[in-house]
Amino acid sequence: MEAIDIKLLRDFRRLWAQALAIALVLGCGVAIFLTSFGMFRALEDTRAAYYERNRFADVFVTARRVPGHMVEAIAAIPGVSTVETRVTGSVVLDIPGREETAVGLVISLPNGGLSQLNRPVIRSGRLPDPDAADRVMVNAPFALAHGFGAGDVFSANLNGRKRPLTITGTVLSPEYIYTLGPGALMPDNEGFGIIWMPERAAAAAFDMTGAFNSVSMSLTRGADEAEVIDRLDDLLEPYGGMGAYGREQQVSNSFIDAEIASLRSTALILPPVFFGITAFLVNMVLGRIIALERSQIGLLKAVGYSNWEVCLHYLLLAGLVAVAGIVLGWAVGGWLAHALAELYADFFDFPFLIYRVSYDVYAISAAIALASAGLGAARAALSAARLSPAVAMAPPAPPRYSRNLFDRMLAALRLSQPAMMILRAILRWPVRSGLTVLGLALAVAVMVAATFTEDSLDKIVDAAFFQSNRQDAILYFTEDKPISVLEEIRRLPGVMAVEGQYYLSAELRHGHREKQIALEARPEGSDLARVVDERGHVVVVPENALVLTRRLATHLDARPGDVIEVEFQGDKRQTNELPVAALVTQYFGLGAFIDYDTANRLFRQAPQITMANILIDPRHEADLHARLKDMPGLAGTVMLTDTRRSFQETIAENVLIMNTIYVTIAVLITVGVAYNGARVQLSERARELASLRILGFTRGEVSAILMGETVVLALAAQPVGWLLGWGISWAMTEGFTSDLYAVPLVLRPATFAQASIVVLVACLGAVLLVRRRLDRMDLVAVMKTRE
Amino acid sequence: MAWPIFRTEGVTKVYDTGEVQVHALAGVDLTLFAGELAVLLGPSGSGKSTLLNILGGLDRASSGHVWFRDTDLTALRERGLTRFRRDHVGFVFQFYNLVPSLSARENVQLVTDVAREPMPPEEALGLVGLSHRMDHFPAEMSGGEQQRVAIARAIAKRPEVLLCDEPTGALDSKTGIQVLEALKDINDRFGTTTVVITHNAAIRKMAHRVVRFQDGRITEVEVNETRLAPHEIVW
Ligand SMILES: Nc1ncnc2c1ncn2[C@@H]1O[C@H](COP(=O)(O)OP(=O)(O)OP(=O)(O)O)[C@@H](O)[C@H]1O
Ligand SMILES: [Mg+2]
Repeated sequence: MEAIDIKLLRDFRRLWAQALAIALVLGCGVAIFLTSFGMFRALEDTRAAYYERNRFADVFVTARRVPGHMVEAIAAIPGVSTVETRVTGSVVLDIPGREETAVGLVISLPNGGLSQLNRPVIRSGRLPDPDAADRVMVNAPFALAHGFGAGDVFSANLNGRKRPLTITGTVLSPEYIYTLGPGALMPDNEGFGIIWMPERAAAAAFDMTGAFNSVSMSLTRGADEAEVIDRLDDLLEPYGGMGAYGREQQVSNSFIDAEIASLRSTALILPPVFFGITAFLVNMVLGRIIALERSQIGLLKAVGYSNWEVCLHYLLLAGLVAVAGIVLGWAVGGWLAHALAELYADFFDFPFLIYRVSYDVYAISAAIALASAGLGAARAALSAARLSPAVAMAPPAPPRYSRNLFDRMLAALRLSQPAMMILRAILRWPVRSGLTVLGLALAVAVMVAATFTEDSLDKIVDAAFFQSNRQDAILYFTEDKPISVLEEIRRLPGVMAVEGQYYLSAELRHGHREKQIALEARPEGSDLARVVDERGHVVVVPENALVLTRRLATHLDARPGDVIEVEFQGDKRQTNELPVAALVTQYFGLGAFIDYDTANRLFRQAPQITMANILIDPRHEADLHARLKDMPGLAGTVMLTDTRRSFQETIAENVLIMNTIYVTIAVLITVGVAYNGARVQLSERARELASLRILGFTRGEVSAILMGETVVLALAAQPVGWLLGWGISWAMTEGFTSDLYAVPLVLRPATFAQASIVVLVACLGAVLLVRRRLDRMDLVAVMKTRE
Repeated sequence: MAWPIFRTEGVTKVYDTGEVQVHALAGVDLTLFAGELAVLLGPSGSGKSTLLNILGGLDRASSGHVWFRDTDLTALRERGLTRFRRDHVGFVFQFYNLVPSLSARENVQLVTDVAREPMPPEEALGLVGLSHRMDHFPAEMSGGEQQRVAIARAIAKRPEVLLCDEPTGALDSKTGIQVLEALKDINDRFGTTTVVITHNAAIRKMAHRVVRFQDGRITEVEVNETRLAPHEIVW
């Protein structure tokens, strides 16, 4: 090995602690980049391939009942490539060994076998005989959750009669990668299953012989989706069309979109922070090394090493740090990606896995890591290259001290000598001090942003499940029922209270803006499910008016007082104009609210309900479920008690993981910045500090000066960090907000305090490590060395 | 005496420090011959180091010419100067300038790695009598030993010229003599042109020629009829 490389390796070994502190920060950036960017790409590629292979449809619509011959008119819409019609319906399931009801979504299988669009992938077994009435295939996760295989039997309440259905096989479908049951917040494969049933049997079960109630279609390249949707809606209006929508509103697809977006924003926001801090640390440390090795640089040049070789020598030192960071980052990132992939496997149902970070992502992460270390090293390495050998060999001229404005200000403050030394050092290197403050502030901000997520989720859960929706279960019907049905439900065993709720699907229009939503109405005095605003007040919807959720209002560009055109869909075909009475903040969905009596009056009908909210006496829960499984006209149930529990469990688990990760990140950043900062100071001021010791200052007093600088900078970083944390949290609420949900900005003083404590403690720890070096410093040796 | 190896013509060097211009060299005309051992003497600040740096290609003259054989050093660019230093010149500095993280052998190797026809580092260290300290680090050696490593490093590339700026400046007389012995030995054995800057007038007795400096100019060049061996010099 060449001597200059031996020097490189020895220098690297000597600097191991500082190199490690930087490598950890860099490794963190690499790991997060690898995980988020790798997973983002894996998810996007997997989904794209799946959609392509299995012809995921472009436009979807459901309707009340469309005669079979309409399919030709639909296919004739310009831009439509393939049309597929089917019969779908929600049914209550009775699963052997399960006390609670489950819900199934029946989808008809065309007579030829599998559908052309949204083509299911057979995972096991085979297709049912097209003529069989009681043979079905189910989605694989549902089968797995219940241990079902071909030949197993469960019951479904079809057309008011409980019928046994035999499973012939299991499938996965591109329509149900994220399988969310009605009213659910998270997939529940035990409680919700997709059932593929031969067309004839499905049509008979839902009274759809010679008709269909669901359409999917693919479009030709370059077709205008909005135009097709408009035409389709016009065609289906007489048949109770519920409003067509494209992929971005398809539930499964939109959840994957949200996940991909959040991975992408993580990949774009977080890693640059680490790469930036790495560049700063490399710059600071290498700058100091080159100042110390001035005469060695001169010597290398004197004996014939070129400027480029000298420059490269120092770039390689930074390169070694980067390599250490990359190796760490790859190891941790590979492990994290694996953990995340397992998490995804729980939530997303793909038939094939590309949950593997591809090699080029590893390569990109390494390239970025090298580039950031290189960028940090560039200034110092170039100054080494430019250093003239004659100058480098001469002892450096003593630094020119002049009294500037700062000095005069400091003098005016009449501070003690150590305080003067601390402040002067900070002001002597304003850029470095500023970047140190910024680095520590970022650590604080990361902590704030992490804790904020937890608090805002708590707030959402509280608002959704303890303020607004306090019922134990929701029962929803196959079609709207007169409100008198509540009497029947009240008589069921275990039902302690019951209230009705009415949903109307409608398209709201204001100016050019339009949005398809579900309008909610509840009889006056409803107490189980209520509309509650962000301050916890119950919102009463006035007569003949609408209350809009704030995000919907933004969507429609509507303010209180504006008049909205409401086009009702499904059975109720009419258009009304209603003024906006008020706006209310809601975290889930893009809802709108209307007074119950007003809704019924609009249609000149006796009061109707879509679903019933109930409170259950736990002692009679089993009896209740047994009855629900046989109840005619019931399309499904949502067990809110379960939803609440699983949501909170998932959040608690995620919060624990996230907190661990973010505290680690904050500590790594803090230690990286504080430790290197203190080491560089120690190196620069070793003589000064040693002379103080020789003059009789105690160890404590001398290290107070060294630690003082870092502590002053760390304290200055706190308010900056709080502000940055607030900004990041705000950006995150904006980034997370979608049609599916909104995230409130909840920041408690405790959040800031916790962030500051973690960072200050980590900072102190880092400085104490350096203090140990100072304590062991050989005074004589320090005074003897020539700088 | 043999043919010229260095020739300077009206070399000046002006340092511009902002407020004042320092004329470190004010027109130096000097010829150095192959194989000779020249000593540069002169008061502090008279420009000795400046001239040596310019001869060695570490620095550039403000005006005038410096020829190394037929090459005009003043016409060379950065890259050419680096080549020149790498191929032809050996330096010895007052403060040794060893790389602390490299052992004696590796410090010499630093030069042999890039030289054209170097001798093995072990041989170079043998020439200065340090065969037994090859694996020691600078911090484990005395000043004299460190300076001898520096000489081994300078001669390992078999340079045509050896430029030494106060090589004994930081040493006591006994170790100083050891170092000078090493230099003279190299000069005798390989005919390496050697220039030694010193403040110690006694050392001039070992030179073929003595060049005196004053205020950036050569005031006198004196040829020694009889040379003394370093150990004969009275410090
Ligand atoms: N980089 C520089 N910038 C400004 N002036 C310089 C620089 N280097 C040398 N000088 C000045 O040039 C003059 C000659 O310096 P030089 O180092 O050649 O003297 P010297 O003869 O080697 O002295 P000494 O015996 O003390 O080493 C001095 O006045 C010195 O101050
Ligand atoms: Mg000098």
